[in-house]
Amino acid sequence: MTNTTSTPLTGNTKLNSPAAPLSPMALGVRRFRKHRMAMFGLGLLILLMFYISFAGLLSKGYCAPINKDVSGEAWANCNDTSLKLQPPSADHIFGTDVIGRDIFARTIYGGQISLLIGISAAIMEVILGALIGSLAAYYGGWVDSALMRFTEAMLNIPSLFLLIIGARFFGGGLPSINLLGRELTGSVIVIILIIGATSWMYLARIVRANILSLRERDFVSASRALGASDRRIILAHLLPNTTAPLIVSATLGVANAILAEAYVSFLGLGVQGATATWGNMLDGAYQYLEAAPWLWFFPGTLILLTVLGINFVGDGLRDALDPYSTRHV
Amino acid sequence: MTNYIIRRLAQAIPQLFIISIILFTLMQAFGDPVATLGARNPPRPEEKERLRRQLGLDQPVYMQYITWLVGNDWQKIDMDGDGVPETPGQRKGILRGDWGNSLVARRPVLEMIGERLPNTLILMITAEIVIIILSLMIGLVSALRPYSLFDNIVTGLSFIGYSMPVFWLALMLMYIFAVNFRRWGLPYLPTVGMFDPAVGKTPAEIIKHMILPLTTLAVISTAGYSRFVRSSVLEVLGQDYVRTARAKGLKAMYVVFRHALPNAALPFITLIGLDIPFLLAGAVVTERIFAWPGMGRLFLDHTERADFPMLMGILMLISIAVVIFQIITDVVYSFVDPRIRLE
Repeated sequence: MTNTTSTPLTGNTKLNSPAAPLSPMALGVRRFRKHRMAMFGLGLLILLMFYISFAGLLSKGYCAPINKDVSGEAWANCNDTSLKLQPPSADHIFGTDVIGRDIFARTIYGGQISLLIGISAAIMEVILGALIGSLAAYYGGWVDSALMRFTEAMLNIPSLFLLIIGARFFGGGLPSINLLGRELTGSVIVIILIIGATSWMYLARIVRANILSLRERDFVSASRALGASDRRIILAHLLPNTTAPLIVSATLGVANAILAEAYVSFLGLGVQGATATWGNMLDGAYQYLEAAPWLWFFPGTLILLTVLGINFVGDGLRDALDPYSTRHV
Repeated sequence: MTNYIIRRLAQAIPQLFIISIILFTLMQAFGDPVATLGARNPPRPEEKERLRRQLGLDQPVYMQYITWLVGNDWQKIDMDGDGVPETPGQRKGILRGDWGNSLVARRPVLEMIGERLPNTLILMITAEIVIIILSLMIGLVSALRPYSLFDNIVTGLSFIGYSMPVFWLALMLMYIFAVNFRRWGLPYLPTVGMFDPAVGKTPAEIIKHMILPLTTLAVISTAGYSRFVRSSVLEVLGQDYVRTARAKGLKAMYVVFRHALPNAALPFITLIGLDIPFLLAGAVVTERIFAWPGMGRLFLDHTERADFPMLMGILMLISIAVVIFQIITDVVYSFVDPRIRLE
């Protein structure tokens, strides 16, 4: 940490102005690369991606209950109850959980699911937020007031409560689904939908505010005069001009969704069944606070590092994509 | 001013209606609460039927909502299932102060919330005070020496604090200050509950039990707020009137505390005012981990049993608090910032 924070954020580097003016995108990339914390966050995320993608190659072992050597996710789900609650050792470097599964392997496969949940929920958040925000701003009038009253009402209900109720409703009795050759419990999809459906409100407001000012610009009148449809004006002219807040919200949305999944799972209402996530590995772990701290320490720390990395990157993106940013490039 | 407050309250009413409709619709997904009632000795089917009629669950959803809202004592309900309404309704509805009865405990919702609310408030108000003082101090020192070693360390730490899942921090604190301190023979802190039943509910006991949940809440919120204070102080310090004050030869500290801080605190007041009611909600996880007998735990316990009058009660109470605090924040803001005129 210290090497990233001990030096100033905005270096007093001399402006070496290039011959041709840079495009906003190129300027943004430059600013991002100068942002030390963002680059640190990006590095952290790349390391974590390596961990959940390739560390699986190291996850294999002899699974006693089925009496054969297994690798990959089968190893993560191999429960040898005679080895339950083993402290970290050479065989199980992160220890084993309450039914004797290898925690190291489960953090790898759980990480993949946590990230899948985070990214999918963030995509849903962006789609819903952009859709509702742009419809409200573009059409105005009663559409605007109806959508915004709804948005405000949703904002005034604390989202964790909505998450808990949603997870409790739709949680049980779902068929498994098959995704990219992996068997997932249906509750993964439910959790994604619930997180996405309870997180779009701020984004909708930002998009609405942006589009309210954009729709009065000449280029919108011009394309309307050329006969462009409402759909084309919104999708091709208005939304592309609000990319910056969309990108920043999507990035931070991934972190929030991973956290939301962890909270809901921690309360025992999250992803059910054999499918591991960083969140549901923590479910019930606090009963082993003293007896087995490795149960909660490793998944919890991985969540912390991921969220930290994403927040650093999101902060860097916010600075980099701000057209009024005075940061030297 | 009075006109403004009246107008805002009038606007808040439709908003609360929308919220209550959204929540009531959500509650329907819980399914039939009677079906899961009495796990050990389930009531006979005809008793369940009777119970459903008694609770009004046989009515269409909009009628249930109307009953919840304005009551059903103006009509007769059919209790014996012969199609002829004969028993007068008992409910008065939330608009007349009847928040319904808990399906699980068979007691008025408002009474049960009233028992838990003080426990949540004592934790939350103390936490909020600690959070405000710490964020102002840390943010101010950071802003006075931007990009110094202290500022950079605080920036790094606050990003970590901000990214920290509540339960991870809570478990870490418990592991260090309760489990390991006891192992090392140091004075250790209690981890669960609000007081030791053997000692009783004394102020000293409550304070001792409050330290860990309070620290958990304070660390995470202070991390975000101190960044906010830092950036608004930095912005104010760059203003012309601060330069003028300095040029007049005023003492540096006087400029900071008399000229810069009050102006920098304005957006902070808004932020705090809008966030306070959400603290009631934010405590769900903290209360669960530390077994703090507050409203968050009440909510979780009754979610498991699909006790929808109780859940509606808690959620409406929080939503009302959110809406009222929005109005209070705006009014307070107009007092502290004379530039704002509420018309």
